[in-house]
This record gives sequence, C-alpha cells and structure tokens, in this order.
Amino acid sequence: MRSLFNKTLLKIAETNDRIYMVLADIGYGEIEEFAERYPDRFFNVGVAEQNMTGVACGVAMEGNIAITYSIANFPTLRCLEQIRNDVCYHNVNVKIVIIGGGLAYGALGVSHQSTEDLAIMRSLPDMVVVAPADFAEAEAATYAMIEHQGPVYYRCGYKKEPSLHQGKIDFRFGEAIRVCDGSDVTLIGTGTVTYRAYQAAQLLEQRGVHCRVLSMHTVKPIDEEAILAAARETGAILTVEEHNVLGGLGGAVAEVLAEGGIGVPFRRIGLPDSYVHIVGSHEWLLDHYGFSPQAIADSALEVAERR
Amino acid sequence: MDKRERYERFARLIRGYAVKMTNLEHSGHVGSSLSMADLVAVLYDGILRVDANNPDWPERDRFLLSKGHAAAGVYGALAEKGFFPKEWTDTYYRDDGKLCGHISHHVPGVEFSTGSLGHGLPVGTGMALAAKRDGAGHRIFVLMSDGDCNEGSTWEAIMFAAQHHFDNLVAIVDANKIQALGKVTDVIDMQPFAEKVKAFGWAVREIDGHDVDQIEATLKAVPFQKGKPSFVIARTVKGKGVKTIENTVASHYRCIPDDRLVEVYEELGVSDAFSV
Repeated sequence: MRSLFNKTLLKIAETNDRIYMVLADIGYGEIEEFAERYPDRFFNVGVAEQNMTGVACGVAMEGNIAITYSIANFPTLRCLEQIRNDVCYHNVNVKIVIIGGGLAYGALGVSHQSTEDLAIMRSLPDMVVVAPADFAEAEAATYAMIEHQGPVYYRCGYKKEPSLHQGKIDFRFGEAIRVCDGSDVTLIGTGTVTYRAYQAAQLLEQRGVHCRVLSMHTVKPIDEEAILAAARETGAILTVEEHNVLGGLGGAVAEVLAEGGIGVPFRRIGLPDSYVHIVGSHEWLLDHYGFSPQAIADSALEVAERR
Repeated sequence: MDKRERYERFARLIRGYAVKMTNLEHSGHVGSSLSMADLVAVLYDGILRVDANNPDWPERDRFLLSKGHAAAGVYGALAEKGFFPKEWTDTYYRDDGKLCGHISHHVPGVEFSTGSLGHGLPVGTGMALAAKRDGAGHRIFVLMSDGDCNEGSTWEAIMFAAQHHFDNLVAIVDANKIQALGKVTDVIDMQPFAEKVKAFGWAVREIDGHDVDQIEATLKAVPFQKGKPSFVIARTVKGKGVKTIENTVASHYRCIPDDRLVEVYEELGVSDAFSV
C-alpha cells in the first residue's frame, strides 16, 4: 500500500505544484522518485519530527499542501504538540501519513507499533482520520486527502494487502463503504484488518449467519448514519481495529450508539490495553491477539446470539 | 520628534499597554513583555513591511512571536498601529475578551499562535522555505526568548535553515537572561551563545536590545550574510523600564498591582496615555 500511496501522490503532484513532501529521514525505496522529480518541493529535515511538522505547517500556511511522512508513531506522537498547536489550531493543509499502522511493524518492537494513533488523532479538532483498508481505498483516500481543506491523518499499510473491494468504489471521507450485506450482525472494521473481518463474515455465511461488513475507512468524521442503520437493521455490532481497544474505532462507534439511544449487543475487538512485547510477524501477532478470521467470527456470533 | 524619539515613545507606550493589560486580571508575563518592548517598537515602526488595513497582504513580512507568553508586549503595538481598536486591550484575559493570554492568530495582525515554546522557528523556517521557492521577497522574523532556545525543536530548525541557506529568515532572541524558574546561567547556560549559533551556520550579531538605533541598524542589515539566516542576540533586561521589577524572576509571573499603577505609568513616561 505504501508504494501505491507514493505512486498516487506522484501522479497528483504532476499537476499540482503546491504539493510538498517534508520528511524526517524515513521512506527509503519509496520517496526517491518524488525527490528526483520535484527537488524544489522535497525536503528531508533529518531525524527531527518536531521540525518536520513545524516546517510543514509554515509551508502550508503559505498556500501549499505539505505531506509529512514516516513510519508508525514518528510523525504523530513525537511531534504531537506541533500537530495540535501548529497544524490543527491553524487548520492548515498538512497531511500526516504514517506507514504501518497497528502491528504492521510488530516484530520491530513497541516503538514501531502504532496502536494509539486513531484515538489520539481523532481527539484533535479539525483533523480527519483515515485508515484505508485496501489499495482501492488507499488510492481514493490519497486524492480525497489532497482535495480536503485542512489537516488529515492517513494511516497507510506497508505491504501488498489483499483487496477488500471488487471493482470500483465510491469513496468519500466520512462515508462507510458496505462491503457485503446481511441481517444478523454488522462487522465494522477500519484499516487493513478490515479484510480479516470480511473473511470472518464469509466463514459465518457458510454457517448461515448473514453479516453486514462496513469498511469505516474514516474514523473521523465517523459515519453516524451507517452505524445507526446497522444497529437498527442488523441488531448487533462488532468493531474490529488494529489499535488499543480504547478510544479508536470501537470507542467512536460506541459513542454514536449510546447517544443514538440504540441499545444493541455490541463488542469491540482491539488490542488489549497493554504493550505488545511478544515477538512475531504482523500476521502472527494479529492471530495471537484475536484477529484471526475464526476468532472474529466467534466474537461476531456471540454478539449476534445476544440479540 | 526625530526617529529615535519616535521609537522610544512607541516603546514606552508598548510598555504601558503591557503593564495595563497584565494588571487587568493580574495575569500574563509583564517582565517578558517589557524586556522586548524596544525590539517590538523598532520592528513595527521601522522594519516590518505590514499593512494594518490589509493584514493578509501576501507580500507582507511575516512576524512570529515564538515567546507567545509575551503577547501583551505585541498587542499594544498592534493596537497603536491600527490593526484593531485600542479598546480591545482592556479585554485581555477577561471573560469574552478579544485578546487571550498567549498570542493568537485570531487577532488581526497576528501571524501565528504560540504559547508553548519552540514552535516559532520551525514554522518560520517553513515559511522561509516556501517564500524561497515562490521567489517571494518578503522576510520572516521570529522573536524568541531564552527559554525558546532550550527547546530541541528550535535547534532542529536552526540546523535545517542553515542547511538550506534561508537568508530570508531572521531569528531575534530577547535575551533577558531570566527564564521561568531562574537565571539562564543557573538553568541552561547558553554561553557562548553567539559562537554556538555561528557554528550551526548562521550569521550572528549581538546587540543592546534596548538601544533603538542599534536595533534598527541591525535589523535593516539583514541578511547579514548572503546565503545564511540571520540571528540577533538582543541583550535585554527582564522587566525593563520598571526599576522595582527589573532583573527579577518574579516579574515573569507577577504583574504590577493596582496601587502601583500610577507611579509605574509615571516612571514609564506614559501617564498622558494611561490613566487609573
């Protein structure tokens, strides 16, 4: 997905000369073409994420679109105050792109696991929070991010993730995409782990349990209508996110359900509220933490049966 | 009134506003506002190309107050220059007021909001970068404090600006030598400050930050060296102009009490402009 993101950005930058990349020494093998083709709008500030974000803000305040880009928590937590005070408070066109959300870089250790980002980013006023599920969403989200006026947080996958969608999609910030429909339970996912929710739905379909699957690529602004409709029409909801179970997608969906006055069986699948210090590949860690299609299916069934 | 007298009168007025505003709710940073008053006076009266009738004029010089806690030292200048009504300065820190404690871009004439240190120079550097690419002629001035120079992000920007030769960028440090909890020399001694910044690739000048002629001559000489960003260490006195609080740590937080306002306005020479 990161390669697709970079290719898409390059394509957009061909016709939009206000796009800058401001990096902090990360992006090997991906960003070189932008650097070569647009040296006057490519800046590597060195390993200095606070300055990266401040510089990007200054660039954006002069009528430009500045992309900051790094892996996991480096362009977010390291420079959170710059994102809040400089970028969001001034509501400028800085787009924060991380490569490898959740446990994507799992085996590298806790420093490289972005597992609180959705909760933190969605609490910042004026910030759009997007986590594409597959290549189709990633490409569409890149265009949407550039078109959107104001800050965007873009959580990008790092490898060749499977396609969640067949054919063209209608992608808009704040509008969930219905991957498949069913009447027994709704699985709502965000980011690349949504594919596993879809696989779980397929397993359940074989057992005669019909699931609706929503790709909630935009965690903020969240699609309240789609959540409330899912609650009314399927009567049970399970959220799936590669993120601390606190405050991210599950939290956002819970807020909508509670304020909507729709009390339906509800469960969140996420990472436990503890640091992931066990060692393993992305896929292995996901299985370990209850994100195997079978484990998700079991949880979905449990929620559906509580209706 | 010659130019020097004009600057000095403007600086006195700025000090008067700072004293008045921080007294309103006994909040703000009067010592930090007083120390930079001469710098702000020369900037707004003789250096910055800005237009109160058109604050967003694209070709304006950008001025960022990185030491946002000293907002009371800039708001007075902006009011005097007509960016907003002078009455607004009576609402500083007050309920439904027009002016909040730390500098805000919601106020006409204010480029950028700060309040947490170490933010101004990185953003100013980004503005300098964009101006260079656009071939724009405006300059970017960032006014910082001693405390600002404790922040790692400031030094990140210092390194980056030198690397890319942003000679349209000017950093000014209001070096009043006292930060929130004590003397700079007791907290983080910056000396040899000028040599440090020079070693990082900037052109540096050290001046008396209360001598308006020196300030003007220095700021008119930017860039000091083609291809290098300019750094001005302005030696100042915290609380300058009000003898009883000069050079005190307390002046960082403590404001002038009601019963001393009359004498302080007299000491500043602004009794004609400020009444109690």
